[in-house]
Amino acid sequence: MKILVLLKMVPDVVEELEVAPDGRALDTEFLRLIVNERDDHALEQALLLREDAGGEVVVAGLDAPEVDDVLFSALAKGADRAIKLTGFPEGSGAPAVAGMVAGTLPSIDGLLPVDLILTGCQALDDLDGMIGPLLAAALDLPYLGLVAAATVEDGGMLVSKEYSGGVLGDFRVELPAVLGIQAAAKPPRYVPIAKVRQAMSTGTIEGVAASPAGPAPSIEVIEMTKPESAGHAEMITGSPSEAAARIAAVLTDRGLL
Amino acid sequence: MPGNIWVVAEHWQGSPTDAAFEALALGRELADGLGVALEAVVLGSDTGGLAAALGAADRIVAVDHPALSDPIGDVAARTIAALAAERRPEVVLVPITNLGWDLIGLLPARIGCPMVNFVQDASVVDGRIEAASLVYGGKMSTRVAVPAGPAVLAVLPGTRPAEAGRITGPPPVDRVAMDVDPGLIEFCGYREPEAGDVDITRQDVLVAIGRGIGGQGNVELAEELAELLGGAVCGSRPVIDQGWLPMSRQVGKSGHQVKPKLYLALGVSGAPEHVEGMRDAELIIAVNSDPDAPIFRVAHYGVGADLLDVVPELIDRLEAAGKR
Ligand SMILES: Cc1cc2nc3c(=O)[nH]c(=O)nc-3n(C[C@H](O)[C@H](O)[C@H](O)COP(=O)(O)OP(=O)(O)OC[C@H]3O[C@@H](n4cnc5c(N)ncnc54)[C@H](O)[C@@H]3O)c2cc1C
Ligand SMILES: Nc1ncnc2c1ncn2[C@@H]1O[C@H](COP(=O)(O)O)[C@@H](O)[C@H]1O
Repeated sequence: MKILVLLKMVPDVVEELEVAPDGRALDTEFLRLIVNERDDHALEQALLLREDAGGEVVVAGLDAPEVDDVLFSALAKGADRAIKLTGFPEGSGAPAVAGMVAGTLPSIDGLLPVDLILTGCQALDDLDGMIGPLLAAALDLPYLGLVAAATVEDGGMLVSKEYSGGVLGDFRVELPAVLGIQAAAKPPRYVPIAKVRQAMSTGTIEGVAASPAGPAPSIEVIEMTKPESAGHAEMITGSPSEAAARIAAVLTDRGLL
Repeated sequence: MPGNIWVVAEHWQGSPTDAAFEALALGRELADGLGVALEAVVLGSDTGGLAAALGAADRIVAVDHPALSDPIGDVAARTIAALAAERRPEVVLVPITNLGWDLIGLLPARIGCPMVNFVQDASVVDGRIEAASLVYGGKMSTRVAVPAGPAVLAVLPGTRPAEAGRITGPPPVDRVAMDVDPGLIEFCGYREPEAGDVDITRQDVLVAIGRGIGGQGNVELAEELAELLGGAVCGSRPVIDQGWLPMSRQVGKSGHQVKPKLYLALGVSGAPEHVEGMRDAELIIAVNSDPDAPIFRVAHYGVGADLLDVVPELIDRLEAAGKR
């Protein structure tokens, strides 16, 4: 079974985020990018499926700062091939990216046909679409998102989707298909730095120039702002011990102690 | 003349969901602002009983077909896209829920139209729709111009009170007969979760841990605090994904909705998917080392500090107060 996993670099939201001078996007100067957490799960799920059903795992990412590290680390985890798609115009929205990815896949040597395309179920940065469904529509494949488990079963897949309260819905889908992964069956594996270094010296990342695509729908951002953070909470200041004392006092007041 | 406002009125076990009512309330405002009709789009195999609840809409557009009996986003998206191609709505509001998830992505893909995700608010400004959208896990807010229709707006839960959209009195129903292709996905059934050791929805006090707890080794600290407070420990998604707590302890969109007397959030950033599960707690106290963390927008009290400094102090204080 041949599986393509798409890996996206997104801003680490634990860091401080600032608005760019034009007031309409993030300031990228100090932005730290990490791999979208869901994509780590998509890669893990692909590796688990290969352990079960055999085959090949190919990872692909769009050119972005630090993407090489992420692609090498995917190779270190056991991916068979890593591809970096280059030449995407900056600021392309999700529909444009999906159009270009769909248009570029056929030009990649020995890639197609794939049985399965795995993406993260969603990235937290884009406003205007989701690549998995857009790709599925462009390639005319079925799509299921919020996938929390996937196993191969005679020519198709059994897929479980998450509903709320921990309820799962089970589906059977014919292959090829696109799945948006919410969580892999196991936590994503850890790979020691030494193994990533080794992948850097022995592995290769194949660069592929994106094929231009036709016009895609987009939306106009008027402004981006930082919501007033502590607008609601009364912030407790002071040393940890003072903060603890204040919390205890609040709890006592409310009859919670 | 703009097209009508559509709301996809998702339903679960025979009734529209709260999220559907919330979206209807928002849709009502947009329809009135543009001077067009609000239409609730209802798909299923037997939708006749739903109309009475959807009085917020001026009209219901209903498609009944056996292929629509199961929650398959792929089939629903193709069905609504076909309707939209003919009727040209201005916007289609889709609630962001796990139930409607696949539709959020697939509908704009199938219509070939733009979409705005994470919509937190929308209004009519100078005759066109503007939307505010909460991105980057709730840390940034973006205002966008929605182009002339059709466009899809994916609406965050809690955007309007469900009550505002829960108006009874059945509007006229436009039953559309159409061919629906069942597609390549087959629904096999639902599975209820295994019951956990603790039902977090019944606790008065919850100590919630997020990724900021740092590792499995620190979970004990939260357990100790919860015990002193007479409550239980719950967690955000990453904590469950890492296996630090069982699935039954997850709070949020995919987890449980909780409403305790006290919700003490430790190292939880406050992403929209988490907040929708706990925002109704009576008292929310958050400890987070990031003073910009979105959790401070729903918390009543906030401490911008390292939880590993504050929690041991709090434990000491509770112990000294004779809690053990
Ligand atoms: C469809 C869907 C459904 C989802 N369902 C859920 C759900 O049910 N529940 C849920 O929780 N999430 C859910 N999520 C995920 C959600 O989007 C967030 O990723 C998640 O809530 C983030 O969890 P977190 O706050 O623990 O982690 P992070 O966002 O990584 O935040 C960690 C926080 O800890 C703080 N921190 C770090 N170290 C310390 C320290 N020493 N002391 C104090 N603070 C510290 C950081 O400042 C940061 O704010 C869902 C996502 C999707 C797409
Ligand atoms: N620029 C990108 N490069 C690689 N993968 C992407 C990119 N954008 C989206 N994806 C994939 O699509 C998933 C959903 O992201 P998004 O569509 O941006 O919400 C991500 O988790 C990735 O798997």
